[in-house]
Amino acid sequence: MARYDRAITVFSPDGHLFQVEYALEAVRKGNAAVGVRGTDNIVLGVEKKSTVKLQDSRSVRKIVSLDDHIALACAGLKADARVLINRARIECQSHRLTVEDPVTVEYITRYIAGLQQKYTQSGGVRPFGLSTLIVGFDPYTGVPSLYQTDPSGTFSAWKANATGRNSNSMREFLEKNYKETSGQETIKLAIRALLEVVESGGKNIEVAVMTKEGLKQLDEAEIDAIVAEIEAEKAAAEAAKKAPAKDT
Amino acid sequence: MECVFGMVGKDFALVVADSSAVNSILVHKSNEDKIMVLDSHKLMGASGEAGDRAQFTEYVQKNVSLYQYRNNIPLTTKAAANFMRGELATALRKNPYMVNIVLAGYDKETGPSLYFIDYIATLHKVDKAAFGYGSYFALSMMDRHYHPNMTVDEAIKLADQCIEEIRSRLVVAPQNFIIKIVDKDGAREHSWRRTTKD
Repeated sequence: MARYDRAITVFSPDGHLFQVEYALEAVRKGNAAVGVRGTDNIVLGVEKKSTVKLQDSRSVRKIVSLDDHIALACAGLKADARVLINRARIECQSHRLTVEDPVTVEYITRYIAGLQQKYTQSGGVRPFGLSTLIVGFDPYTGVPSLYQTDPSGTFSAWKANATGRNSNSMREFLEKNYKETSGQETIKLAIRALLEVVESGGKNIEVAVMTKEGLKQLDEAEIDAIVAEIEAEKAAAEAAKKAPAKDT
Repeated sequence: MECVFGMVGKDFALVVADSSAVNSILVHKSNEDKIMVLDSHKLMGASGEAGDRAQFTEYVQKNVSLYQYRNNIPLTTKAAANFMRGELATALRKNPYMVNIVLAGYDKETGPSLYFIDYIATLHKVDKAAFGYGSYFALSMMDRHYHPNMTVDEAIKLADQCIEEIRSRLVVAPQNFIIKIVDKDGAREHSWRRTTKD
């Protein structure tokens, strides 16, 4: 009996928690997800695999609402995500019930990260195999925030971040191209980052925008329109690069 | 001395509640809102033990919200009523909630509905309901003047007649009343009937 009480996540001789690192591997295999913070909104974008033709895509929402003012996107094990999201939703309502105030983005991020950490230090359980991107507006100050958590239970705030498949490429792109934006510009930046690693097209991306009014999921037509704008801008930039060479 | 009553009209439902918060002979305040807006299209008028009233109604409201986030669709009025009844029934034989509730809601598919839920977990779907000493007068007035498919004006007139009866015939009548209405455009406050200006 005693052997089964031992935590599965134990230290290796050189100080690693292998289970947590393997969980991060699971995240790296998950679909790409990106979050970009603007001055008046935060945009979440997630890759959608288009190979499943018979599946009813409405039943697989990758960007979910935790409360009126908080949304979450994740990369990794979707089943684990369901459990974590459910607990977070309960905590949002529980917080409202006990203190009659909505949660701040930081509070609920801390809660989710705390939950993820608990599962790295308990007997007989494995860590959650997902990283989350949590966005929202602070209900009191109206400041937009973007936070990221990972299987180890760490969390921090970001101006823009990516997780999941090819997150390094997306993060590099964001580091090069990030600047303070608002409204449509923020949406374009997020989609541009996602298009670095995802096949172009509205049916391959799910995008949602969190504003002070709430979460708005963009439909395929809207995404296609923005993608078209981005392609046109790229083409124009290419042409501009070639044009000076022609003058000389 | 608390009084809550409600009725169903053509495409709406009405809930009226007194707004006094009383402790033995002292009136703490006379603008207490006892009709909670449960979600966009539901109203819950509650009377009874003040602590239980706040606790139970807030608990129900948060659970209704949680259901909506989990399932991306709001609860029907019937479902919310049954959920409340279930909670009251579970607590009944341990530590009962001393709260009486009139639940009014508007569903797109079924229209307006009204539910009578008392503190011992009785649940009835009704056209008119009332709780408290005022119910003796409100129910009698509604029995006499209520008819199905009333317009908003007719219903408000009937509510005013009930309030008038309560004010004139109940020895410790509440000073102010609040009226809330729910229809296809949502649940909202309709008006107050004041005798004091708290």
